[in-house]
Amino acid sequence: MQKIIKITIIFLLIFILGIFFLSLNKSSNYNTEFLVGNKLGEIELVSFEDDSVYTNDDFKNNSFTLINFWASWCAPCRIEHPQLMELSKENNIKILGVNFKDKKINALKFLKDLGDPYEYLTRDSNGKQSVNFGIYGIPESILIDNKLTIIKKFVGPLTKHDLNNIIEIINNL
Amino acid sequence: MLSNTGNFLLILSILFTSFIIYQSFACLKKTNDIIFKSIYKISLLQSTTILICFFTLVGAFMVSDFSLINVYQNSHTLKPIFYKISGTWGNHEGSLLLWVIILTIFSFLFLITNKNHPKNYRINTLIIQNILILGFLFFILFNSNPFSSISPIPKEGLGLNPILQDPALAIHPPLLYVGFVGSSIYFSAAMASVITNYSGKFFAQSIKSWVIISWSFQTLGILVGSIWAYYELGWGGFWFWDPVENASLLPWFAMTALLHSLLVLEKRNILYFWSIILCLLTFTLSVTGTFLVRSGILNSVHTFANDPSRGIYILSFLSLMIFASVYILFTKYKPTNDQINSNSKETFILINNWFMMFYLITVLLGTLYPIFTDAISNNKISVGPPFYNSVIIPVVIIFLFFMAIGPKVRWMKNEFLNFKDLLKIIVGAITVNFIITYFFKSYSLISNLIIISSVFLIISTISDAFKKPKINFARIISHFSFGFLIFFIGLNHNFSIEKDFNLKLGETKKIDNYNFELKDLKLQQYDNYKAVIGKIQISDLSTNKKRTLNPEIRIYDNPQTLTYEASIKTNFFRDYYLTMSNIDRSDYYNIKFQEKPLMIWIWISVVMLSFGGFLSFIRNAKNN
Repeated sequence: MQKIIKITIIFLLIFILGIFFLSLNKSSNYNTEFLVGNKLGEIELVSFEDDSVYTNDDFKNNSFTLINFWASWCAPCRIEHPQLMELSKENNIKILGVNFKDKKINALKFLKDLGDPYEYLTRDSNGKQSVNFGIYGIPESILIDNKLTIIKKFVGPLTKHDLNNIIEIINNL
Repeated sequence: MLSNTGNFLLILSILFTSFIIYQSFACLKKTNDIIFKSIYKISLLQSTTILICFFTLVGAFMVSDFSLINVYQNSHTLKPIFYKISGTWGNHEGSLLLWVIILTIFSFLFLITNKNHPKNYRINTLIIQNILILGFLFFILFNSNPFSSISPIPKEGLGLNPILQDPALAIHPPLLYVGFVGSSIYFSAAMASVITNYSGKFFAQSIKSWVIISWSFQTLGILVGSIWAYYELGWGGFWFWDPVENASLLPWFAMTALLHSLLVLEKRNILYFWSIILCLLTFTLSVTGTFLVRSGILNSVHTFANDPSRGIYILSFLSLMIFASVYILFTKYKPTNDQINSNSKETFILINNWFMMFYLITVLLGTLYPIFTDAISNNKISVGPPFYNSVIIPVVIIFLFFMAIGPKVRWMKNEFLNFKDLLKIIVGAITVNFIITYFFKSYSLISNLIIISSVFLIISTISDAFKKPKINFARIISHFSFGFLIFFIGLNHNFSIEKDFNLKLGETKKIDNYNFELKDLKLQQYDNYKAVIGKIQISDLSTNKKRTLNPEIRIYDNPQTLTYEASIKTNFFRDYYLTMSNIDRSDYYNIKFQEKPLMIWIWISVVMLSFGGFLSFIRNAKNN
């Protein structure tokens, strides 16, 4: 019996230390780059205005869709907003806005002040839906094509450079 | 120049340490009971050299000698002198030097203060402790050298992270280090005890003071870190179950268990094996914590710049330490026959130990689980407060009852004569809880139980102070303040108010019973930062009392960083806590306001808890 206990303790220790060793070689920064190239899972986003639900089928007719996660309380979202306004003028792409953990009245005021670039506007009041997209901070944007494959992810506010990049992608294909 | 001096002193320390180990082995071969004079002398020299080495680094920081990479990366000429000094241990390399200082000084003090214990036990402790010192010195010299130089010499440093420029944080690491690095000495002593078969009562006496003193410092260290997080990180909370906070709590649980099991070992000569395990566990957990923080496996405010080689070194060291101690324990330990009466103080202390182990395992699992799932399945998860709260809080209730009754129980064989008294106390506790709910407002069942059990502990401990012929004030203060701590945390948790809104200059907003007005904003220039200071007046509509809070947005130059300083108004009844942050392209400011009742009493309780430890240390020193 004693021998079994001893061996168990030693194996447990080796296991813990082994895991530590494995962890050393991993980056501890949360990174969702690996999602690029994957297909989006099932989308179920509730419309901002009423309780209707958007699903995958709603986006299959668009050549490209940019899913943008934002909130009125998020300062960098204000910074990227002009880029979204610019992008909304393009024909090849539609923008789907996911309003993240926000108050409706604040969100509407935000769009009234800065313009509304969104073709579709949905809400994620408790932030749960966004987690399914691999979002861990806002703003974040995901560019998908008509097969709902993720082409690119943008973590943080969209810059002018990102905007040109998106325009290049959507006009080349 | 300072680089050479520092490196020379480091090498000298390595030589002294090696010589101590060599001389100690020679001393072991002699059959007499005398320790060589030379060992004392070299130990003193070793401590002095390490201290000079550390002060050389402090000096380099004070004069901003940017020829050292370490100073260049962590200091700046414009920094106030206080933070230049504290910058010495505000980084990985410098803090390791502080590690070695504590290892060395504890080694020396243990050697000279335990003269009435056998030579072999003392010498073996010295050997093991010096092997630890040697390990860390090599680590410093070859991997994390604070004296590495840089050429050409930069004109200006990169600066210390502004959130670390804080008085509480300047003393947080040294306090915490005395705690968990201090536990190294009873790790060494426990190993020596098993090797030399010096067990029981006398072993307990030889390490008791060290356990108490490291426990007291660890408690203070955790407290200061918690206060810092409260006002600096702007979260308004004081404990977040952040993995790094947990890393400091794990050895604390083991130390607390050890502190109590040593009482049994000293009095009844039982639980020796268990005490040894706890000694080994405490220091092992301390090194594990250091590994988790320094290797960059965990992401947190404490994470120092990431360098995988550091992790490999600490991990190898940790593995070596663990397997050596397990090997020695398995091969050298001789089992004893411990018999404990189930109705005795021993049993109650053992129950305390099991509670501590329960907390330890819970927190350990919560901390390691995300690392494990990530390593095995690439799955990123995080374990947050809901897990800890739901597992720990219900158990705390039962724990508090045992903690109240335990000290009343007699050694060896107990008879419950004081059953009536206990009943009176519990009625008292329920009444207090009833009064609180009656005058304020009701709260959940679990909160009711928390308040009842903590008040039970408080009253019960106070009643002990009047009854016994020989009163142990240290114990009474510690238990009493622990009861208070839980009591105030419970009330604070239940009656805190939080508001979040936007405000612009001149605007007034009414929320519930308060009127908030942003009266003024001014820009002020300080030595190493400029600050936007808000003047926010809060009027309490029910009492007509007006309070002004001045939250700050600080803009630091080196490195360029924005920090939000909370403005806190504290009194004995409540804290008013307010942070202000700017919203881009808007003249609105986001205001987070919290009213936290009895906050200061949480801090006072922990200070008293630690004071109980210091008192116990003095008492123990007098007795021996």
